[in-house]
Amino acid sequence: MPDRTEHNAADEAFRLELLSVLPHLRAFARGLSGRPDFADDLVQEAAIKAWTARERYTPGTNMRAWTFAILRNHYLSELRRSKRSTDLDEGAAERMLVMEADQEGPLHLSDMEDALQKLAPERREAVLLIGASGFSYEEAAEIAGCPIGTMKSRVARARTDLARMLDGEPELTAEPRARRSG
Amino acid sequence: MPPASGRGDEPGWAGGLRKLYNSVVDEPLPDSFKDLLKKLDGGGDA
Repeated sequence: MPDRTEHNAADEAFRLELLSVLPHLRAFARGLSGRPDFADDLVQEAAIKAWTARERYTPGTNMRAWTFAILRNHYLSELRRSKRSTDLDEGAAERMLVMEADQEGPLHLSDMEDALQKLAPERREAVLLIGASGFSYEEAAEIAGCPIGTMKSRVARARTDLARMLDGEPELTAEPRARRSG
Repeated sequence: MPPASGRGDEPGWAGGLRKLYNSVVDEPLPDSFKDLLKKLDGGGDA
């Protein structure tokens, strides 16, 4: 049986590793929900769940994937429980950070957020995991609890949807910057 | 696909998605996380 010193060292290592992934959890949660405050609540709850379950984590494996799965499952539980809308809130809609797109001219990050929230939830999750968070298809499929082929299909469809919304197919961009309420 | 800045052969939205993600990653943790950090600092079960 490990002694207390070994436990403390393991806990400290776990804590540091957990803290290091918090910014990534925030970005994933923000992308999933489109709500900054809700996203931060999700991250804190997921971090507490991870801490409580730390003895089930194998040091040296993928902390980011492990905690993303915890956050994702908690998010789905919250959605089922509270039936929250995934519409953008006013704070997200007001984000007007401008960046220079590589080839397509100026693109507002708020447009990107808007388009992301218009995706079907499973496609949004897929493109966040693969296209933004940098997971492999295998890792993303494990996080989402689906076959790799399903994950690839979801990503492909999300990419098609985003390209239509953001890269110039007008029939699906009727009101890209429309204000929303609630 | 690791988070990175623009690539020559990808659509504009792909870089936008990563920039959006990285813009959150780069934010400082908000004050609301202080209690969480204290709980973890204390080493107890939160």
